[in-house]
Amino acid sequence: MNLLRAFALAALMVALPATAADAPLPRDSVYQLPVQLTDHAGTTRPWSALRGQPRLVGMFYTSCQYICPLIVDSGKAIERQLSPAGQARLGIVLISMDPARDDPAALKKVVDQRKLDTARWTLASPPADEVRSVAGVLGIRYRALADGEFNHTSALVLLDADGRILARTEQMGSKPDPEFVAAVKQALR
Amino acid sequence: MIRRAATIALLLALPVAGVVAGNGAGGDYATLPGGSFRSALDYEDIPGNVRVAPFAMMKRPVTNGEFLAFVQANPQWRRDRVPSVMAEQRYLSHWAGPLELGTDATAAQPVVQVSWFAAAAYCEARGARLPSWNEWEYAAAADETRRDARKDPVWRERILAWYSRPSSSALPRAGLQTPNAYGVQDLHGLVWEWTDDYSSLLVAVDSRKQGDPDNARFCGAGALSMDDRDNYAVLMRVAMLSSLDAPDTTANLGFRCVKDLP
Repeated sequence: MNLLRAFALAALMVALPATAADAPLPRDSVYQLPVQLTDHAGTTRPWSALRGQPRLVGMFYTSCQYICPLIVDSGKAIERQLSPAGQARLGIVLISMDPARDDPAALKKVVDQRKLDTARWTLASPPADEVRSVAGVLGIRYRALADGEFNHTSALVLLDADGRILARTEQMGSKPDPEFVAAVKQALR
Repeated sequence: MIRRAATIALLLALPVAGVVAGNGAGGDYATLPGGSFRSALDYEDIPGNVRVAPFAMMKRPVTNGEFLAFVQANPQWRRDRVPSVMAEQRYLSHWAGPLELGTDATAAQPVVQVSWFAAAAYCEARGARLPSWNEWEYAAAADETRRDARKDPVWRERILAWYSRPSSSALPRAGLQTPNAYGVQDLHGLVWEWTDDYSSLLVAVDSRKQGDPDNARFCGAGALSMDDRDNYAVLMRVAMLSSLDAPDTTANLGFRCVKDLP
């Protein structure tokens, strides 16, 4: 077997699990949680449909005044550290903790305001009674406040193509944690 | 890390029940009237009392025997099949096998080593849900005769005495303690219990960072603090719950379910 063929074969073997969407999910995949997400385009799908490429996942809500804009900034800041090819391979998913208000129109507004490329960014809401489960697998804590705001922890979680958690960061803002960025680059290799 | 260590210390100090006669019948519920209630927690955004709607609460925590029946009917919750994102490695590890209790887990003992996901799934399968923190605290404020015994120093000490006993001995059966004024047993002195909103208890270490621009971990205001600093028993519960993640299990953490009342 020549070297070129060996490489091609190795590439195939690496690519195979990511494309085998019908293979059973690993037990440590967050996509094991049976939950439906409705995105900014109004499409409802099981969130396991996000399987197939590495993703950054975080939680937010659109009416948030403080940290949530920072979560979008954080995603963008990590994207900026990547090559164009790397950017194309990484999906960014922000899940609302406020489904009552974050219907597709509210999500779409953020997509437009923040000029998010929907080829890479997905903003979506779970059903109201599944929010704490989604937060549970992502390790995010929150409390709905009397005035409709939320008190919550902020994190971006890096998932591999099958939904296994590879890394997480709670460092929000325009200067991402270099270790986390390195983990993202590693996942895109 | 410090928070973890503190939790472990708390868990080591777990209760062994004061044993009184009476054996709770399986899985039945006590009815609790709603009410306005002064939580030991101080909610920045809710001045004054919290309101609790009428609800029904299991008279005692769910037992190994009951949880085994649930796992038999719902094999996706077997310890060898459950997704690890929904229940960590120690899930049901005190059982002899995936469908076998064995000698270290009797059917009448409260089930422990259950994750929040597993506890919530059990309640859902029973047409119920996990209690909110407010509901749990409301029910647990009662002693045998009074609906709110929290100001009584004697009762406070009695609860604390349970918490300070070593937990190395086996758990007693569920339903041995005298029912409280609502007819609910074992809220104190047996196991810790999950609440549905355990992850909304953003207190202690977390809330100190509130408003710190260098470590803006939280969105918005609304931090919790302890309003009733002498209520150590509740404080320990909150500290424990606020340190847990949803897949976590411990050797002293169980649960019970509640239902809404029409």
